[in-house]
Amino acid sequence: MRTRLTVNGVPAEADVEPRVLLVDLLRDTLGLTGTKVGCDTGQCGTCVVHVNGVSAKSCAILAVQAEGTEVTTIEGINGPPGELNPLQAALHAMHGTQCGFCTPGMVLSLTELLRRTPRPTEDQIRTWLTGNLCRCTGYHSVVRAVLRVAAEADEQAGLAVPR
Amino acid sequence: MLGRPLPPREDVGFLRGEAKFTADHTPPGTLHMALLRSEHGHARILRIDTARAAAMPGVRAVLTGADIADKLMPLPCVWIPGGVESHFPPHPYGVPGAGFVLAQERVRFIGEAVAAVVAETPYQAHDAINEIRIDYDPLPVVVDPREALTNTAPQLHDAVPGNLNAYWTCGDKDGTDAAIAAAEVVIELDIVNQRTINNPIEPRAAVGEYDAATGDYTLHVTSQSPHNHRFLLSALVLGIPFNKLRLIATNVGGSFGSKGYLYPDMPLVLYLAKELGQPVKWVDTRSGLMRSTVQGRDHTQKVVLAGTRDGQITAVRCTSWSNIGAYPSTIGPGVATSVMGRSITGPYAIPHAFAEVHVVFTNVVPLGAQRGSGRAEANYLMERLVDRYAAQIGRDPAAIRLQNMVPREKFPYDNGLGWIYDSGDYATALRLALTHVGYDDIEEQRDEARERGRRLGVGIASYVAVCGIGPSTRMSKEGMLGGTWESANIRVHPTGEIALTIGSQSTGQSHETVFAQIAADVLQIGMDSIVVFRSDTQKAPYGQGTYGSRSFSVGGSAVHLAATRIMTKMREAAAYCFEVDESDVDYLEGVFSVPDQPEKTKTFADVAMTLWYGWSLKPGMEPMLEETVYFDPADFNYPFGSHVAVVEIDQDTGEIDVVKYVAVDDCGTVGNPLVVQGQVEGSIVHGLGQALMEAARFDADGQLLTDDLRSYAMPRATDMPFFDLDRTVTPSPHNQMGAKGSGETATVPAATAISNAICDALGVRDIPMPITPEKVWRALQERRTS
Repeated sequence: MRTRLTVNGVPAEADVEPRVLLVDLLRDTLGLTGTKVGCDTGQCGTCVVHVNGVSAKSCAILAVQAEGTEVTTIEGINGPPGELNPLQAALHAMHGTQCGFCTPGMVLSLTELLRRTPRPTEDQIRTWLTGNLCRCTGYHSVVRAVLRVAAEADEQAGLAVPR
Repeated sequence: MLGRPLPPREDVGFLRGEAKFTADHTPPGTLHMALLRSEHGHARILRIDTARAAAMPGVRAVLTGADIADKLMPLPCVWIPGGVESHFPPHPYGVPGAGFVLAQERVRFIGEAVAAVVAETPYQAHDAINEIRIDYDPLPVVVDPREALTNTAPQLHDAVPGNLNAYWTCGDKDGTDAAIAAAEVVIELDIVNQRTINNPIEPRAAVGEYDAATGDYTLHVTSQSPHNHRFLLSALVLGIPFNKLRLIATNVGGSFGSKGYLYPDMPLVLYLAKELGQPVKWVDTRSGLMRSTVQGRDHTQKVVLAGTRDGQITAVRCTSWSNIGAYPSTIGPGVATSVMGRSITGPYAIPHAFAEVHVVFTNVVPLGAQRGSGRAEANYLMERLVDRYAAQIGRDPAAIRLQNMVPREKFPYDNGLGWIYDSGDYATALRLALTHVGYDDIEEQRDEARERGRRLGVGIASYVAVCGIGPSTRMSKEGMLGGTWESANIRVHPTGEIALTIGSQSTGQSHETVFAQIAADVLQIGMDSIVVFRSDTQKAPYGQGTYGSRSFSVGGSAVHLAATRIMTKMREAAAYCFEVDESDVDYLEGVFSVPDQPEKTKTFADVAMTLWYGWSLKPGMEPMLEETVYFDPADFNYPFGSHVAVVEIDQDTGEIDVVKYVAVDDCGTVGNPLVVQGQVEGSIVHGLGQALMEAARFDADGQLLTDDLRSYAMPRATDMPFFDLDRTVTPSPHNQMGAKGSGETATVPAATAISNAICDALGVRDIPMPITPEKVWRALQERRTS
């Protein structure tokens, strides 16, 4: 089936079988290999992308279901080569990734959390992260990184307030 | 530079999703392979009909065991139980065999590879797999190791009488039995240290390429031991020259022990790439991983501790049945024996100890190593016994531990089972952990929880973990059929930049940063001028890989030695240029100089350039700066520590909350505290998973009931609080840096500490892992009714 969607702001079009998963369209047809596949059953969260701005597990969506949507992958989140956005920079500072395989999905998922809740509590972060499995870090460094982003948001807000 | 908490530089590529993993590699013209796996735990293959599959759209090849019987050799096993008689399936080279690449005549576990299909797309390959018809003649299945040893059990391998791979022992049997017979107090426990699944988030993958012009094979693969796998695959499976096979394991998405093994897909994609003249790619699914990638733990044990009424442990004995599954994995039988058996005395000075392990084949997935393997099982049995012993004689469990720990003046200490503990101060680590947890007022904490309707429990686990594998001669006696040294190569470019190439392989341990820190520290130059190469057998010197918490202490020592030799040569070259004695040359932060002679100054890059030109060399000195070191440690190293878990239990639901977790670990000199912290935290959570939720469950037919991440629970971010971590530093005498292993050590006591805490909270003698809310609820009900 001819499927049209927008990926990272760029119109994309492909002929796909109705059974092809969105993640396979992204990785195999469009060559966007930053999105990973960890479990094929929607449990591990490595394949998280944004569909119309909302986190979605791209191994649990058919490509044809994404017709007409705006999809954002890790490649669409990235700034210029070698640079890290504030969330990525905090994850770097806290060593919030080890093998790196679950990381793109985590970054996408946490990006949505911070957009909805710019200053999340530890509990909110942990609860949000239940959709993403990580076997390396034990999650602590990831939670610390998000708390740091939240603290930085506070700091910046504080600086903006006239004294 | 060494010892600084530098954020790993390779993390940038991971955070941007740009770092390439094996499944991201798809060369032009790639074909895709799918594997058909056995649906029977044990059966004879009567007939395989591939005709329909071969006629499916896009299918390029269908392969069964018969097609490759004279083309691919069986997989080998290279770590066998040391020093004892053992029995294996055959291999034409006379080495222990580990089963065929594709099943021949018989299947022995559900998940065993039976046939392969190659097609133009992965979807087509999987479609065709479903069209292969196999007539099986089912045979009796055995999944329990003790049942497998009975006379009536089905026999898995013709060359393995009674399904017994080996009966292995260590220690003083008679002395231990006599001490137990004469003891004032005897504690006995039956333990099932349940099988758990390593479950790295990246499933395994392999991409085979063949260059017909040169006859070169290239395998991109998820491997934690690429050099070993190159050797074993070329010489013992494919039968091709070592020179013709290159392995590349760019980034590996976690392993926890499971990617140090040979699997059928590796030779298959190479063989098929040559046959078909196109690259062949295979990527596993999660359920495929759970049915075919090696799993860990799985010891069934009867254990005994003997002691005096005043708290002195006099003996410990362990009888274990290790279920290694249907075939020996590449290093499984070795993992199942010495690493567990020799470790059972833990951090205690115990006069008599004996361990015996029955290594048994059954119709389940092959067993291998899993983070903390052997040492975690040993820790669990000893630390459960110590808690029971303390309760039996009415003593505090911390006091019993302190009373029996090897005192710090007794190192090096021979534990009587084959380990010589290198250095340590076990009691200090435990005391520090107790201080962190507020052990002195734990009763008040208990009362406070009770007022909230919750039961609080505290659990201690003290450990010592053999790491830094290892001295090659010693490992040969432990049954390792290969060396266990590690390598490093440093090449200094004329610009003063450095290419550091290591034989070790990262699966998430930040090698590109930590190894550069070692070289930067010795050479006193910036990290930015050092690039670390790894993971490609064509570029790196032969190395053994990452396992047994060895990379930093063994591989890092090779880097340290190579950098030291570079420094020595540079100093010699500088002295010659300065026309002074070497002893008159100072070196500080990249500058060679001579005191009081300011004109005699050369930078690191100046000296590198001088040696590159080679125009004014000291007579006899070779031009250029390059050193390769192969480091074989004098002995293992023994990190240690104590963990204390505090849990609260909801009396109505049985829900378990880990409310506090203190870990004091000593891994000797620390290279990068940020990286070590990450290893410790991840290790503890891995142990928490075994304690509370993880179990590979097989039914009587050998069917894995927990074959995806819905039915197999793994820890998620809400399952634990932040941990309270601290450290003592006791350098190892066996390497220049004083380093000890740190990658898996914190897993060793974690499941035990949590189990002990839950037993304490419930006031029960024992509760088997995984300790689910249901088990806790039932235990609470039993207490109420009794």
